[in-house]
Amino acid sequence: MMTSATHTGSRARGSASLRHRLAERGVDTKLLLLVPAIVFALLLFVYPFAYGIGLTFQPLAATQEQWGGGFFANYVAFFKDAFIFDSVWITLRLALPAALFNVLVSIPIAFKLRSKFRGKRMLQTLLVLPITLGTVLTAQGLLIFAGRQGWLNRFLLENGIIDQPLQLVNNYLGVMLSLIISGFPFAYLLISSYLSGIDPSLEAAAKTLGANWKQRFRRITLPLLAPGLATTFILTFVLAFSVFPSARLVGDASGETRVLALMAYRAFSEQLDYSMASTIAIMMGVVELIVIAFVFLGRSFLYKGSTGGKG
Amino acid sequence: MSNSKLTAAPPTEVVNIVKNRSRGKLAPGEKSLAASPGTWFVWFGIAAFFIFLFGIVLSVLVDSLGKPWFNTWLPETFTLGWYQESWARFDLTHIIGVTLLVAFSVIIISVIIGVPASYVLARSNFPGKKLVMLLFLLPILIPPITFGIPLATVMYNFGLGRTVLAVILVNLVPSVPFVIITMTPFIEQINPAIENAARMCGASMFRVFTRILAPLLIPGILAASILVLVRTVGMFDLTFLVSGPRSDTLVVAIYRAMTSAGGGEARQLISSMGVIYTAMMLLILIIALRFINPTQLVAQVKDSRED
Amino acid sequence: MTRSTNTFDTLELKNVGRSFGGQNALVDLNLRVRAGEFIALLGPSGCGKSTALNCLAGLLPLTHGEILIDGKRIDVLPSEKRDFGMVFQNYALFPHLSVEKNIAFGLQMRNLPKAEVTRRVADGLALVKLQDQAKKRPGQLSGGQQQRVAIARAVVLEPRLVLMDEPLSNLDAKLRLEMRTEIRRLHQSLGLTTIYVTHDQEEALSLADRLVVLREGRVQQIGTPEQLHNNPTNWHVADFMGYRNIVDLEVESVVGDLARVTGRGISIMATLAQTAAVGDTVRLAIRPSDLVVTGPDTPSGRDAIQATVNVVEYQGREFAVEVTTTEGQNLYVHAYTALLPGSTVRLAVDPSRALVYRSSLDGVAAPRELSAVR
Repeated sequence: MMTSATHTGSRARGSASLRHRLAERGVDTKLLLLVPAIVFALLLFVYPFAYGIGLTFQPLAATQEQWGGGFFANYVAFFKDAFIFDSVWITLRLALPAALFNVLVSIPIAFKLRSKFRGKRMLQTLLVLPITLGTVLTAQGLLIFAGRQGWLNRFLLENGIIDQPLQLVNNYLGVMLSLIISGFPFAYLLISSYLSGIDPSLEAAAKTLGANWKQRFRRITLPLLAPGLATTFILTFVLAFSVFPSARLVGDASGETRVLALMAYRAFSEQLDYSMASTIAIMMGVVELIVIAFVFLGRSFLYKGSTGGKG
Repeated sequence: MSNSKLTAAPPTEVVNIVKNRSRGKLAPGEKSLAASPGTWFVWFGIAAFFIFLFGIVLSVLVDSLGKPWFNTWLPETFTLGWYQESWARFDLTHIIGVTLLVAFSVIIISVIIGVPASYVLARSNFPGKKLVMLLFLLPILIPPITFGIPLATVMYNFGLGRTVLAVILVNLVPSVPFVIITMTPFIEQINPAIENAARMCGASMFRVFTRILAPLLIPGILAASILVLVRTVGMFDLTFLVSGPRSDTLVVAIYRAMTSAGGGEARQLISSMGVIYTAMMLLILIIALRFINPTQLVAQVKDSRED
Repeated sequence: MTRSTNTFDTLELKNVGRSFGGQNALVDLNLRVRAGEFIALLGPSGCGKSTALNCLAGLLPLTHGEILIDGKRIDVLPSEKRDFGMVFQNYALFPHLSVEKNIAFGLQMRNLPKAEVTRRVADGLALVKLQDQAKKRPGQLSGGQQQRVAIARAVVLEPRLVLMDEPLSNLDAKLRLEMRTEIRRLHQSLGLTTIYVTHDQEEALSLADRLVVLREGRVQQIGTPEQLHNNPTNWHVADFMGYRNIVDLEVESVVGDLARVTGRGISIMATLAQTAAVGDTVRLAIRPSDLVVTGPDTPSGRDAIQATVNVVEYQGREFAVEVTTTEGQNLYVHAYTALLPGSTVRLAVDPSRALVYRSSLDGVAAPRELSAVR
């Protein structure tokens, strides 16, 4: 302020100082408020991440000996060691169906529960409950409830619906159940919030133009909802993709639920091979980002407008 | 403003319509909900979900209270002994203390760092804004393990491994961006003319912030804080990577008890810890919900429009 | 409430300009405001009037020029130090503060003693007749009441200048008229120097002592309501001042101030508001109320315009009629009897009320603007 005050006095025109020109582009003292957050992100996110990437090119001697490839030995091992690489498919086989299921089931439910009814708030509050349970607790509960001697099998056996107890835990199904229990409420709450962002008068307008409910859904609601669905899918997928405790606790940690997170953690804490651990961790991020990129690609095909609201 | 609208008693006609509908009396022109297979699917899905949900919660609760519970519907005798035992065995006072210390430190720091940043992101456009947004979005989008393992390695290199400080720091990594991402739209919906009006009334930038912005931001900050609290207390992956015996949070302590060598601790001990965890979480939420509506962040504008 | 003590003699804007990323939003605004004056900045949206107001308020920094009060520069002061009051278009009331606290806010910012704050808030509430609503939150008030709070909040400060940014545009028609009277009454009783931004010419004419008409960031005309109403300087100002009939015609002959203009089924005598030569294409501007319907029976003189009635709208005292000349030019006329759509009428106009303008606006010839402005 002072600088512009002193030297603009004589010249009326051309008084646009550098500060002023910067301010016009949005660069002013306000930006200082961003500094703590950026310093924080650089120190605790960017630096460790970069360090981790550097670490992946410093493989242990043992890894180099076994797999060759010099600096890239960790990556060679990642792709060539079937025990490691298979976990990519194992993870995707869990996370993709879980995310897809959560989103697809949430759509009709969010639709049916769109109108106001008594107990809607209650229902929504109950749906928040599993988010507070957390994965470890859900795992413990599933082990007891759906275990061989749990209430679920007991009920089914005593009513003659099954002869043998169902094997619902310590396998793929157990992890899937836990992913649904923690992921579905999340997907539902997101989708119903996107849905409420669509102006109901649009559907009413389509109705007056003679569209039946199928046409209304396909031509009006779905295109408007698509970006929200894509976002929801991505967020639920991210949740399911980084599954770790439940894969260990209700899954079959050495077999069909040997997910990437588990492999990375084992390398980190059991084998103390930090470079291999970082390699698996970073490849895990890469795989996830590839899936997200595919969703974005698909979204740009579907995308026809915005839901008209934030959230 | 919209909050008062939400809590205000709905007009009686609306209540009546809702009541009639729930009794099956349909307003003219309203389609019956009873018959369609879609409706059946919806209610079946919700029912199945809640059976599992309550099954899980009740199983853990009953398990934690039962003496021996094997091949029966309910345990033979009930006891509170598991709670005493687990409390003493795992030093839960310390663990819960650590959990709360970590959670509140993370909330305070991430609000202090995050809210000013989201103010800038909501109010001004500057070169490189997209890059900054991406920087804050990545820690939320990338799996915690992906950045957690390099981060933990760095922590151990700096000698911070297994300290409470390390646990707080790793939890900040997703929390600060989370506060930024949730607060930015909240600040965007506050009319910027209000700040100008305050300045035209003679308020300095500092007083605009303390007298006008801060009171308007508090509902959003509280809502974001609750979400951060739930995330931090429930955050397993990141905490687990850097915590040690004296810096475990409750959720990590439960995991360690479940997986400790020799097939894990007695199931009932773990269940009792689980009940304590859930009770703590619910207590926090109930206290928090007295002050704030958690859907405020997303639903604020929309709910008021529905009315 | 006493007359403001910290008043001034003149407020001067010298070559004030503002650009956004190379786009000029405001160019060379020069204006001298005397104490107690009510000035309206008038123009269509995007004409730079709000930019001018925000520059004056200090909410936008100037790109060029300076603002002086009694010879002292104030454009280097931050908004909060200028001692101006401002009323915003969407009221901008503090939603978390009650009505009285909203009004007290500025007084508290000036660190006035508590007793004085209380007294002046009470005065302010009385001024806008909101004593009963003092404890309510802004969200519980109607639009008109909210705007009254916003006005009270600005005027209790007894600022040396009150800025109003389209304060009535969010109100419905009836309320707008009431508030207009209210604002005029407040100005008459308090004598606060006011700068008022609006796009509504009627509002500007009825409120202001002087009007500044802007277009694309440039001043078109500055003058009293009468001057602007009767003698717009160019067709754009005329168009904005209610000269709804703007027709491109050709000059056939010039006699002193008068010219005969013809084309589009019209041939009349009109006054040259800007110089024009025979053969020039010019713009003729006539208010609907100046076109007199003479009926088909009157002798068809050379100056009568023959036209067919298209649409008739009843507007209380009169009828707004759209007619079409024999060559397809639409004209808007006020009539005092109901005309039948399809019937033929003759129109006449006093040559002093038909104004002839050059079709260019100081080099910025833009026929496209005509439709954009409407």
